[in-house]
Amino acid sequence: MKFRERCLVLAVGVVSLLVVAVGCAGGQNALKESGGGSGGGFVVGSANFPEQLILGNMYADLVEDQGIKVERRLNLGTRDVVFPSLENGEITLVPEYNGALLSYLTKGKSDVTSPEETTKQLREALPEGLIALKASEAQDKDALVVTPETAEKYDLKNTSDLAPVADELVVGGPPEMSERPDGLPGLKRVYGIEFKEFKALDAGGPLTIEALANGDIDVGRLFTSQGIIDARGWIVLEDDKELSPAQNIIPIIRKQDSRRKIEEALNKLSATLTTEDLKKLNRRVEVDKDDPEDVAKDYLKQKGLLG
Amino acid sequence: MVEVLTNLVAWFADPINWQGPNGVPTRVLEHVYYSVLALVLAVAIAQPVGIFIGHTGRGGALAINLSNAARAVPTFGVILLTFLVAGIGLAPVLVALVVLAVPSMVTNTYAGFRAVDRDVRDSAEGMGMTGWQVIRRVEIPVAMPLIMAGVRISAVQIVATATFAAVVSLGGLGRYIIDGLAQRDLTQVLAGAILVAALSLLTEVGLSRLQRVVVSNGLQEKSEEASMETRLEGTTG
Repeated sequence: MKFRERCLVLAVGVVSLLVVAVGCAGGQNALKESGGGSGGGFVVGSANFPEQLILGNMYADLVEDQGIKVERRLNLGTRDVVFPSLENGEITLVPEYNGALLSYLTKGKSDVTSPEETTKQLREALPEGLIALKASEAQDKDALVVTPETAEKYDLKNTSDLAPVADELVVGGPPEMSERPDGLPGLKRVYGIEFKEFKALDAGGPLTIEALANGDIDVGRLFTSQGIIDARGWIVLEDDKELSPAQNIIPIIRKQDSRRKIEEALNKLSATLTTEDLKKLNRRVEVDKDDPEDVAKDYLKQKGLLG
Repeated sequence: MVEVLTNLVAWFADPINWQGPNGVPTRVLEHVYYSVLALVLAVAIAQPVGIFIGHTGRGGALAINLSNAARAVPTFGVILLTFLVAGIGLAPVLVALVVLAVPSMVTNTYAGFRAVDRDVRDSAEGMGMTGWQVIRRVEIPVAMPLIMAGVRISAVQIVATATFAAVVSLGGLGRYIIDGLAQRDLTQVLAGAILVAALSLLTEVGLSRLQRVVVSNGLQEKSEEASMETRLEGTTG
Protein backbone atom coordinates (compact mmCIF):
# COMPACT_ATOMS: atom_id res chain seq x y z
CA MET A 1 0.00 0.00 0.00
CA LYS A 2 2.52 2.46 -1.22
CA PHE A 3 0.24 5.42 -1.18
CA ARG A 4 -0.92 5.10 2.39
CA GLU A 5 2.49 4.26 3.77
CA ARG A 6 3.86 7.45 2.39
CA CYS A 7 0.98 9.35 3.88
CA LEU A 8 1.97 8.02 7.23
CA VAL A 9 5.60 8.88 6.90
CA LEU A 10 4.87 12.34 5.59
CA ALA A 11 1.83 13.02 7.72
CA VAL A 12 3.48 15.40 10.14
CA GLY A 13 5.30 17.33 7.45
CA VAL A 14 2.29 17.60 5.24
CA VAL A 15 0.04 18.70 8.06
CA SER A 16 2.39 21.43 9.15
CA LEU A 17 2.93 22.60 5.59
CA LEU A 18 -0.80 22.67 5.05
CA VAL A 19 -1.34 24.64 8.21
CA VAL A 20 1.19 27.21 7.05
CA ALA A 21 -0.10 27.27 3.49
CA VAL A 22 -3.72 27.56 4.53
CA GLY A 23 -2.81 30.19 7.06
CA CYS A 24 -0.94 32.26 4.49
CA ALA A 25 -3.64 31.96 1.90
CA GLY A 26 -6.25 33.25 4.31
CA GLY A 27 -8.31 30.07 4.25
CA GLN A 28 -7.88 29.27 0.59
CA ASN A 29 -6.73 25.82 -0.40
CA ALA A 30 -3.02 25.54 -0.99
CA LEU A 31 -3.47 23.91 -4.38
CA LYS A 32 -5.59 26.72 -5.68
CA GLU A 33 -2.74 29.07 -4.96
CA SER A 34 -0.16 27.01 -6.82
CA GLY A 35 -1.43 27.72 -10.30
CA GLY A 36 -4.40 29.35 -11.94
CA GLY A 37 -6.58 27.54 -14.42
CA SER A 38 -9.34 26.57 -11.99
CA GLY A 39 -11.85 27.83 -14.53
CA GLY A 40 -13.47 24.48 -15.25
CA GLY A 41 -10.59 22.97 -17.25
CA PHE A 42 -9.79 19.27 -17.23
CA VAL A 43 -7.13 18.68 -14.58
CA VAL A 44 -5.31 15.39 -14.06
CA GLY A 45 -3.73 15.07 -10.62
CA SER A 46 -1.50 12.47 -9.02
CA ALA A 47 0.42 11.68 -5.89
CA ASN A 48 4.15 12.12 -5.59
CA PHE A 49 5.88 8.88 -6.47
CA PRO A 50 7.04 7.48 -9.82
CA GLU A 51 4.18 5.07 -10.47
CA GLN A 52 1.64 7.85 -9.92
CA LEU A 53 3.52 10.12 -12.30
CA ILE A 54 3.47 7.43 -14.98
CA LEU A 55 -0.23 6.74 -14.49
CA GLY A 56 -1.09 10.44 -14.29
CA ASN A 57 0.71 11.08 -17.56
CA MET A 58 -1.05 8.14 -19.22
CA TYR A 59 -4.45 9.42 -18.12
CA ALA A 60 -3.61 12.92 -19.30
CA ASP A 61 -2.39 11.61 -22.68
CA LEU A 62 -5.57 9.59 -23.15
CA VAL A 63 -7.84 12.51 -22.35
CA GLU A 64 -5.82 14.83 -24.59
CA ASP A 65 -6.16 12.25 -27.32
CA GLN A 66 -9.90 12.95 -27.25
CA GLY A 67 -9.17 16.54 -28.25
CA ILE A 68 -9.67 17.91 -24.73
CA LYS A 69 -7.26 20.42 -23.29
CA VAL A 70 -5.68 18.95 -20.18
CA GLU A 71 -3.80 20.53 -17.34
CA ARG A 72 -1.35 18.20 -15.57
CA ARG A 73 -0.99 18.75 -11.86
CA LEU A 74 1.05 15.73 -10.99
CA ASN A 75 3.38 15.15 -8.06
CA LEU A 76 0.97 16.85 -5.68
CA GLY A 77 1.68 14.93 -2.50
CA THR A 78 -0.14 12.30 -0.56
CA ARG A 79 -3.77 11.27 -0.68
CA ASP A 80 -4.50 13.66 2.17
CA VAL A 81 -3.70 16.45 -0.27
CA VAL A 82 -4.88 14.99 -3.56
CA PHE A 83 -8.25 13.57 -2.64
CA PRO A 84 -9.76 16.69 -1.04
CA SER A 85 -8.76 18.60 -4.19
CA LEU A 86 -10.60 16.03 -6.28
CA GLU A 87 -13.65 16.38 -4.06
CA ASN A 88 -13.77 20.17 -4.29
CA GLY A 89 -13.26 20.20 -8.05
CA GLU A 90 -9.73 21.51 -8.40
CA ILE A 91 -8.77 18.18 -9.92
CA THR A 92 -10.87 16.20 -12.37
CA LEU A 93 -9.18 12.83 -12.59
CA VAL A 94 -6.65 10.84 -10.51
CA PRO A 95 -5.16 7.36 -10.61
CA GLU A 96 -6.04 5.59 -7.38
CA TYR A 97 -5.78 2.21 -5.64
CA ASN A 98 -9.05 0.55 -4.69
CA GLY A 99 -7.96 -0.86 -1.30
CA ALA A 100 -6.03 2.16 -0.09
CA LEU A 101 -8.75 4.60 -1.15
CA LEU A 102 -11.47 2.47 0.46
CA SER A 103 -9.45 2.41 3.65
CA TYR A 104 -9.05 6.20 3.47
CA LEU A 105 -12.77 6.75 2.89
CA THR A 106 -13.83 4.35 5.66
CA LYS A 107 -11.14 5.60 8.04
CA GLY A 108 -9.43 2.23 8.08
CA LYS A 109 -12.56 0.26 8.91
CA SER A 110 -12.70 -1.80 5.72
CA ASP A 111 -11.49 -5.39 5.93
CA VAL A 112 -12.14 -6.73 2.44
CA THR A 113 -9.17 -8.07 0.53
CA SER A 114 -10.49 -9.45 -2.78
CA PRO A 115 -10.21 -7.12 -5.80
CA GLU A 116 -13.87 -7.39 -6.89
CA GLU A 117 -15.35 -6.86 -3.44
CA THR A 118 -12.95 -3.98 -2.77
CA THR A 119 -13.96 -2.16 -5.95
CA LYS A 120 -17.63 -2.76 -5.19
CA GLN A 121 -17.36 -1.35 -1.69
CA LEU A 122 -15.23 1.53 -2.94
CA ARG A 123 -18.02 2.55 -5.35
CA GLU A 124 -20.46 2.59 -2.42
CA ALA A 125 -18.09 4.59 -0.24
CA LEU A 126 -17.18 7.26 -2.83
CA PRO A 127 -18.66 10.68 -2.15
CA GLU A 128 -21.41 12.04 -4.40
CA GLY A 129 -20.10 13.39 -7.69
CA LEU A 130 -17.13 11.05 -8.00
CA ILE A 131 -17.09 7.83 -9.97
CA ALA A 132 -14.70 4.92 -10.04
CA LEU A 133 -14.12 3.62 -13.55
CA LYS A 134 -12.97 0.11 -14.43
CA ALA A 135 -10.35 -1.27 -12.07
CA SER A 136 -7.22 -2.65 -13.68
CA GLU A 137 -5.88 -6.07 -12.95
CA ALA A 138 -2.56 -4.30 -12.23
CA GLN A 139 -1.93 -4.06 -8.53
CA ASP A 140 0.50 -2.17 -6.34
CA LYS A 141 -0.06 -4.09 -3.15
CA ASP A 142 2.01 -5.22 -0.20
CA ALA A 143 4.27 -8.08 -1.15
CA LEU A 144 6.76 -10.29 0.63
CA VAL A 145 9.86 -10.52 -1.53
CA VAL A 146 12.83 -12.90 -1.30
CA THR A 147 16.05 -13.42 -3.21
CA PRO A 148 16.17 -16.39 -5.62
CA GLU A 149 18.71 -18.07 -3.31
CA THR A 150 16.33 -17.90 -0.35
CA ALA A 151 13.44 -19.07 -2.52
CA GLU A 152 15.42 -22.07 -3.67
CA LYS A 153 16.84 -22.94 -0.27
CA TYR A 154 13.44 -23.02 1.42
CA ASP A 155 11.39 -23.92 -1.65
CA LEU A 156 9.29 -20.75 -1.52
CA LYS A 157 6.68 -19.76 -4.06
CA ASN A 158 3.65 -18.65 -2.08
CA THR A 159 3.42 -16.79 1.19
CA SER A 160 2.04 -19.94 2.82
CA ASP A 161 5.32 -21.74 2.04
CA LEU A 162 6.93 -19.50 4.64
CA ALA A 163 4.98 -20.95 7.57
CA PRO A 164 7.18 -24.00 8.31
CA VAL A 165 10.50 -22.14 7.89
CA ALA A 166 9.69 -18.62 9.11
CA ASP A 167 11.32 -19.16 12.51
CA GLU A 168 14.67 -19.24 10.72
CA LEU A 169 14.03 -16.05 8.75
CA VAL A 170 14.36 -12.34 9.46
CA VAL A 171 11.76 -10.07 7.89
CA GLY A 172 12.11 -6.35 7.25
CA GLY A 173 9.49 -3.76 6.39
CA PRO A 174 7.89 -0.50 7.45
CA PRO A 175 7.66 0.14 11.22
CA GLU A 176 3.86 -0.10 11.28
CA MET A 177 4.09 -3.66 9.97
CA SER A 178 4.57 -4.96 13.51
CA GLU A 179 1.16 -3.68 14.60
CA ARG A 180 -1.11 -3.48 11.57
CA PRO A 181 -3.75 -6.20 11.23
CA ASP A 182 -2.49 -6.98 7.71
CA GLY A 183 1.14 -6.91 8.91
CA LEU A 184 2.80 -9.39 11.26
CA PRO A 185 -0.37 -10.07 13.31
CA GLY A 186 -2.18 -10.94 10.07
CA LEU A 187 0.63 -13.19 8.85
CA LYS A 188 0.37 -15.09 12.11
CA ARG A 189 -3.42 -15.25 12.10
CA VAL A 190 -3.98 -16.13 8.44
CA TYR A 191 -0.82 -18.03 7.54
CA GLY A 192 0.54 -19.15 10.92
CA ILE A 193 3.80 -17.37 10.09
CA GLU A 194 6.02 -16.22 12.93
CA PHE A 195 9.36 -14.83 11.84
CA LYS A 196 12.54 -15.15 13.88
CA GLU A 197 12.89 -11.38 13.95
CA PHE A 198 11.36 -8.22 12.56
CA LYS A 199 13.51 -5.28 11.47
CA ALA A 200 11.66 -1.98 11.27
CA LEU A 201 12.92 -0.32 8.07
CA ASP A 202 10.88 1.56 5.47
CA ALA A 203 7.96 1.16 3.09
CA GLY A 204 9.52 -0.18 -0.09
CA GLY A 205 12.40 2.29 0.25
CA PRO A 206 16.18 2.06 0.08
CA LEU A 207 16.57 0.58 3.57
CA THR A 208 14.49 -2.51 2.91
CA ILE A 209 15.91 -2.92 -0.57
CA GLU A 210 19.54 -2.75 0.54
CA ALA A 211 18.93 -4.90 3.63
CA LEU A 212 17.44 -7.59 1.40
CA ALA A 213 20.24 -7.23 -1.14
CA ASN A 214 23.04 -7.63 1.41
CA GLY A 215 21.36 -10.39 3.39
CA ASP A 216 20.61 -8.46 6.58
CA ILE A 217 17.03 -9.60 6.12
CA ASP A 218 15.73 -12.73 4.37
CA VAL A 219 12.27 -11.47 3.52
CA GLY A 220 11.48 -7.88 2.54
CA ARG A 221 8.07 -6.21 2.58
CA LEU A 222 7.94 -4.32 -0.71
CA PHE A 223 5.18 -3.59 -3.24
CA THR A 224 4.16 -5.85 -6.10
CA SER A 225 4.75 -3.22 -8.79
CA GLN A 226 8.20 -2.03 -7.74
CA GLY A 227 10.66 -1.96 -10.62
CA ILE A 228 13.55 -2.94 -8.38
CA ILE A 229 12.13 -6.46 -7.96
CA ASP A 230 12.87 -7.48 -11.54
CA ALA A 231 16.01 -5.39 -11.71
CA ARG A 232 17.50 -7.47 -8.90
CA GLY A 233 15.90 -10.71 -10.03
CA TRP A 234 13.96 -11.07 -6.78
CA ILE A 235 10.85 -13.17 -6.28
CA VAL A 236 7.45 -11.97 -5.07
CA LEU A 237 5.72 -14.53 -2.88
CA GLU A 238 2.10 -14.92 -3.94
CA ASP A 239 -0.36 -13.76 -1.25
CA ASP A 240 -2.25 -17.04 -1.70
CA LYS A 241 -4.63 -16.53 1.22
CA GLU A 242 -5.41 -12.89 0.34
CA LEU A 243 -4.22 -11.27 3.54
CA SER A 244 -3.22 -7.92 2.03
CA PRO A 245 -6.02 -5.73 0.72
CA ALA A 246 -6.28 -5.53 -3.07
CA GLN A 247 -4.65 -2.44 -4.55
CA ASN A 248 -5.88 -2.41 -8.12
CA ILE A 249 -5.19 0.70 -10.15
CA ILE A 250 -8.48 2.51 -10.65
CA PRO A 251 -9.26 5.90 -12.22
CA ILE A 252 -11.43 8.19 -10.08
CA ILE A 253 -13.12 10.95 -12.06
CA ARG A 254 -15.54 13.79 -11.37
CA LYS A 255 -18.93 12.83 -12.74
CA GLN A 256 -19.79 16.23 -14.22
CA ASP A 257 -16.55 16.37 -16.25
CA SER A 258 -16.64 12.79 -17.39
CA ARG A 259 -17.47 11.94 -21.02
CA ARG A 260 -18.27 8.59 -22.53
CA LYS A 261 -15.23 8.58 -24.80
CA ILE A 262 -12.89 9.51 -21.91
CA GLU A 263 -14.27 6.67 -19.85
CA GLU A 264 -13.89 4.26 -22.75
CA ALA A 265 -10.25 5.23 -23.27
CA LEU A 266 -9.43 4.91 -19.56
CA ASN A 267 -11.26 1.59 -19.27
CA LYS A 268 -9.32 0.27 -22.24
CA LEU A 269 -6.07 1.19 -20.49
CA SER A 270 -7.23 -0.47 -17.28
CA ALA A 271 -8.07 -3.62 -19.22
CA THR A 272 -4.63 -3.65 -20.85
CA LEU A 273 -2.40 -2.80 -17.90
CA THR A 274 -0.99 -5.65 -15.81
CA THR A 275 1.15 -5.76 -12.68
CA GLU A 276 4.03 -7.02 -14.83
CA ASP A 277 3.64 -4.01 -17.13
CA LEU A 278 3.60 -1.71 -14.12
CA LYS A 279 6.78 -3.29 -12.78
CA LYS A 280 8.53 -2.72 -16.12
CA LEU A 281 7.33 0.87 -16.35
CA ASN A 282 8.36 1.61 -12.77
CA ARG A 283 11.71 0.04 -13.45
CA ARG A 284 12.31 2.41 -16.33
CA VAL A 285 11.63 5.41 -14.09
CA GLU A 286 13.07 4.22 -10.77
CA VAL A 287 16.06 2.22 -11.96
CA ASP A 288 16.86 3.56 -15.43
CA LYS A 289 15.85 7.14 -14.49
CA ASP A 290 13.74 7.67 -17.59
CA ASP A 291 11.23 10.50 -17.72
CA PRO A 292 7.74 9.39 -16.54
CA GLU A 293 6.17 11.35 -19.42
CA ASP A 294 8.14 9.41 -22.02
CA VAL A 295 7.56 6.10 -20.27
CA ALA A 296 3.81 6.75 -20.24
CA LYS A 297 3.67 7.76 -23.89
CA ASP A 298 5.80 4.83 -25.02
CA TYR A 299 3.49 2.37 -23.29
CA LEU A 300 0.31 3.88 -24.75
CA LYS A 301 1.81 3.86 -28.24
CA GLN A 302 3.15 0.35 -27.89
CA LYS A 303 -0.27 -0.94 -26.82
CA GLY A 304 -2.03 1.05 -29.53
CA LEU A 305 -4.11 2.98 -27.02
CA LEU A 306 -3.63 6.36 -28.65
CA GLY A 307 -5.91 7.10 -31.60
CA MET B 1 -5.53 19.18 24.28
CA VAL B 2 -6.88 17.70 27.51
CA GLU B 3 -7.36 14.41 25.71
CA VAL B 4 -3.77 14.44 24.51
CA LEU B 5 -2.55 14.96 28.06
CA THR B 6 -4.81 12.27 29.49
CA ASN B 7 -3.58 9.82 26.87
CA LEU B 8 -0.02 10.76 27.63
CA VAL B 9 -0.48 10.22 31.36
CA ALA B 10 -2.18 6.91 30.62
CA TRP B 11 0.73 5.90 28.39
CA PHE B 12 3.27 6.57 31.10
CA ALA B 13 1.08 4.87 33.69
CA ASP B 14 0.62 1.72 31.62
CA PRO B 15 2.86 -1.03 33.02
CA ILE B 16 3.13 -2.54 29.52
CA ASN B 17 5.24 0.44 28.50
CA TRP B 18 7.71 -0.20 31.28
CA GLN B 19 8.67 -3.81 30.61
CA GLY B 20 10.09 -6.02 27.91
CA PRO B 21 12.14 -5.13 24.83
CA ASN B 22 9.90 -2.17 23.95
CA GLY B 23 9.64 -0.89 27.54
CA VAL B 24 10.98 2.49 28.61
CA PRO B 25 13.89 1.13 30.70
CA THR B 26 15.20 -0.96 27.80
CA ARG B 27 14.78 1.86 25.30
CA VAL B 28 16.50 4.35 27.61
CA LEU B 29 19.42 1.95 28.12
CA GLU B 30 19.75 1.42 24.36
CA HIS B 31 19.62 5.17 23.80
CA VAL B 32 22.26 5.80 26.45
CA TYR B 33 24.40 2.99 25.02
CA TYR B 34 24.45 4.46 21.49
CA SER B 35 25.05 7.94 22.90
CA VAL B 36 27.91 7.00 25.21
CA LEU B 37 29.58 4.95 22.51
CA ALA B 38 29.31 7.83 20.04
CA LEU B 39 30.51 10.38 22.60
CA VAL B 40 33.56 8.30 23.54
CA LEU B 41 34.47 7.85 19.87
CA ALA B 42 33.93 11.53 19.14
CA VAL B 43 36.05 12.61 22.11
CA ALA B 44 38.79 10.21 21.03
CA ILE B 45 38.81 11.78 17.56
CA ALA B 46 38.10 15.42 18.32
CA GLN B 47 40.20 16.14 21.40
CA PRO B 48 43.61 15.12 20.00
CA VAL B 49 42.87 17.18 16.89
CA GLY B 50 41.70 20.17 18.92
CA ILE B 51 44.65 19.93 21.28
CA PHE B 52 47.15 19.62 18.45
CA ILE B 53 45.91 22.58 16.46
CA GLY B 54 45.29 24.57 19.65
CA HIS B 55 48.76 23.97 21.03
CA THR B 56 50.72 24.40 17.83
CA GLY B 57 48.42 26.89 16.14
CA ARG B 58 49.15 24.99 12.95
CA GLY B 59 46.32 24.08 10.61
CA GLY B 60 43.94 25.99 12.86
CA ALA B 61 42.10 27.84 10.12
CA LEU B 62 41.79 24.71 8.01
CA ALA B 63 40.53 22.55 10.87
CA ILE B 64 38.02 25.16 12.01
CA ASN B 65 36.69 25.69 8.52
CA LEU B 66 36.44 21.96 7.98
CA SER B 67 34.63 21.62 11.28
CA ASN B 68 32.21 24.37 10.42
CA ALA B 69 31.56 22.84 7.04
CA ALA B 70 30.99 19.48 8.69
CA ARG B 71 28.21 21.01 10.77
CA ALA B 72 26.24 21.41 7.57
CA VAL B 73 26.31 17.66 6.86
CA PRO B 74 22.77 16.34 7.25
CA THR B 75 22.72 13.60 9.86
CA PHE B 76 19.89 11.74 8.19
CA GLY B 77 21.86 11.60 4.94
CA VAL B 78 24.93 10.22 6.69
CA ILE B 79 22.85 7.51 8.34
CA LEU B 80 21.26 6.39 5.06
CA LEU B 81 24.56 6.53 3.20
CA THR B 82 26.39 4.48 5.82
CA PHE B 83 23.48 2.06 5.93
CA LEU B 84 23.75 1.47 2.20
CA VAL B 85 27.43 0.63 2.65
CA ALA B 86 27.46 -1.17 5.99
CA GLY B 87 23.93 -2.55 6.33
CA ILE B 88 21.99 -3.04 9.54
CA GLY B 89 24.03 -2.46 12.66
CA LEU B 90 25.58 0.17 14.88
CA ALA B 91 27.82 1.63 12.19
CA PRO B 92 25.33 3.97 10.47
CA VAL B 93 24.25 5.53 13.75
CA LEU B 94 27.72 5.82 15.23
CA VAL B 95 29.20 7.35 12.10
CA ALA B 96 26.42 9.93 11.90
CA LEU B 97 26.61 10.84 15.59
CA VAL B 98 30.39 11.14 15.54
CA VAL B 99 30.23 13.36 12.45
CA LEU B 100 27.70 15.46 14.31
CA ALA B 101 29.68 15.69 17.55
CA VAL B 102 33.25 16.17 16.42
CA PRO B 103 33.06 19.74 15.00
CA SER B 104 31.86 21.54 18.12
CA MET B 105 34.42 19.73 20.24
CA VAL B 106 37.30 20.55 17.89
CA THR B 107 36.38 24.21 17.66
CA ASN B 108 35.81 24.54 21.41
CA THR B 109 39.05 22.86 22.38
CA TYR B 110 40.93 24.92 19.83
CA ALA B 111 39.32 28.12 21.09
CA GLY B 112 40.11 27.14 24.68
CA PHE B 113 43.76 26.59 23.87
CA ARG B 114 44.08 29.78 21.89
CA ALA B 115 42.56 31.74 24.76
CA VAL B 116 45.27 30.66 27.19
CA ASP B 117 47.13 33.77 28.21
CA ARG B 118 50.38 34.11 26.25
CA ASP B 119 52.19 35.10 29.44
CA VAL B 120 51.07 31.98 31.24
CA ARG B 121 52.46 29.78 28.47
CA ASP B 122 55.65 31.74 28.33
CA SER B 123 56.27 31.45 32.04
CA ALA B 124 55.50 27.74 31.91
CA GLU B 125 58.09 27.33 29.20
CA GLY B 126 60.43 29.60 31.09
CA MET B 127 60.17 27.27 34.06
CA GLY B 128 61.57 24.58 31.80
CA MET B 129 58.37 22.67 31.02
CA THR B 130 58.41 20.56 27.88
CA GLY B 131 55.72 21.04 25.25
CA TRP B 132 53.85 18.04 26.53
CA GLN B 133 54.01 19.31 30.11
CA VAL B 134 52.69 22.70 29.03
CA ILE B 135 49.74 20.98 27.39
CA ARG B 136 48.98 18.76 30.33
CA ARG B 137 49.64 21.04 33.23
CA VAL B 138 48.85 24.48 31.91
CA GLU B 139 46.84 24.58 28.72
CA ILE B 140 44.35 21.77 29.34
CA PRO B 141 43.47 22.93 32.87
CA VAL B 142 43.10 26.54 31.77
CA ALA B 143 41.14 25.60 28.63
CA MET B 144 39.02 23.08 30.51
CA PRO B 145 35.89 25.26 30.80
CA LEU B 146 35.71 25.61 27.02
CA ILE B 147 36.72 22.01 26.36
CA MET B 148 33.95 20.82 28.65
CA ALA B 149 31.47 23.21 27.09
CA GLY B 150 32.24 21.57 23.74
CA VAL B 151 31.76 18.11 25.18
CA ARG B 152 28.46 19.18 26.70
CA ILE B 153 27.10 20.68 23.53
CA SER B 154 28.12 17.59 21.59
CA ALA B 155 26.71 15.21 24.16
CA VAL B 156 23.33 16.90 24.18
CA GLN B 157 23.27 16.88 20.37
CA ILE B 158 24.19 13.21 20.37
CA VAL B 159 21.46 12.27 22.83
CA ALA B 160 18.85 14.22 20.90
CA THR B 161 19.97 12.81 17.56
CA ALA B 162 20.42 9.17 18.64
CA THR B 163 16.68 9.11 17.96
CA PHE B 164 17.64 8.37 14.35
CA ALA B 165 18.88 4.92 15.34
CA ALA B 166 15.28 3.77 15.07
CA VAL B 167 15.18 4.70 11.39
CA VAL B 168 17.64 1.93 10.60
CA SER B 169 15.82 -0.64 12.72
CA LEU B 170 17.84 -0.23 15.93
CA GLY B 171 16.27 0.55 19.30
CA GLY B 172 16.50 3.58 21.54
CA LEU B 173 13.84 6.15 22.34
CA GLY B 174 13.47 6.97 18.64
CA ARG B 175 11.52 3.71 18.30
CA TYR B 176 8.54 5.37 19.99
CA ILE B 177 8.71 8.32 17.60
CA ILE B 178 9.28 6.36 14.39
CA ASP B 179 6.80 3.61 15.25
CA GLY B 180 4.31 6.10 16.61
CA LEU B 181 4.41 8.11 13.38
CA ALA B 182 4.09 4.96 11.30
CA GLN B 183 1.17 3.74 13.37
CA ARG B 184 -0.39 7.20 13.64
CA ASP B 185 -0.14 6.88 17.39
CA LEU B 186 0.39 10.47 18.47
CA THR B 187 0.57 9.57 22.15
CA GLN B 188 3.50 7.26 21.55
CA VAL B 189 5.25 9.93 19.46
CA LEU B 190 4.81 12.52 22.20
CA ALA B 191 5.92 10.12 24.90
CA GLY B 192 9.07 9.40 22.89
CA ALA B 193 9.72 13.08 22.31
CA ILE B 194 9.30 13.87 26.00
CA LEU B 195 11.66 11.05 26.98
CA VAL B 196 14.31 12.22 24.50
CA ALA B 197 14.02 15.79 25.74
CA ALA B 198 14.25 14.65 29.36
CA LEU B 199 17.31 12.55 28.64
CA SER B 200 18.98 15.46 26.83
CA LEU B 201 18.33 17.74 29.80
CA LEU B 202 19.68 15.11 32.19
CA THR B 203 22.81 14.89 30.05
CA GLU B 204 23.25 18.63 30.23
CA VAL B 205 22.77 18.67 34.00
CA GLY B 206 25.02 15.67 34.56
CA LEU B 207 27.84 17.07 32.48
CA SER B 208 27.55 20.46 34.21
CA ARG B 209 28.15 18.66 37.49
CA LEU B 210 31.11 16.87 35.95
CA GLN B 211 32.44 20.15 34.68
CA ARG B 212 32.46 21.55 38.21
CA VAL B 213 34.59 18.62 39.29
CA VAL B 214 37.13 18.72 36.47
CA VAL B 215 37.60 22.48 36.26
CA SER B 216 40.04 23.84 38.81
CA ASN B 217 38.52 26.05 41.50
CA GLY B 218 40.30 29.16 40.38
CA LEU B 219 38.60 28.94 37.02
CA GLN B 220 35.09 28.11 38.15
CA GLU B 221 33.66 31.55 37.55
CA LYS B 222 35.30 31.80 34.18
CA SER B 223 33.89 28.39 33.44
CA GLU B 224 30.35 29.58 34.02
CA GLU B 225 30.86 32.53 31.70
CA ALA B 226 32.50 30.43 29.03
CA SER B 227 29.75 27.88 28.99
CA MET B 228 27.15 30.62 28.83
CA GLU B 229 28.90 32.05 25.80
CA THR B 230 29.27 28.75 24.05
CA ARG B 231 25.75 27.81 24.79
CA LEU B 232 24.61 30.95 23.07
CA GLU B 233 26.98 30.19 20.25
CA GLY B 234 25.68 26.67 20.11
CA THR B 235 22.10 27.78 19.68
CA THR B 236 22.87 30.14 16.84
CA GLY B 237 25.39 27.89 15.10
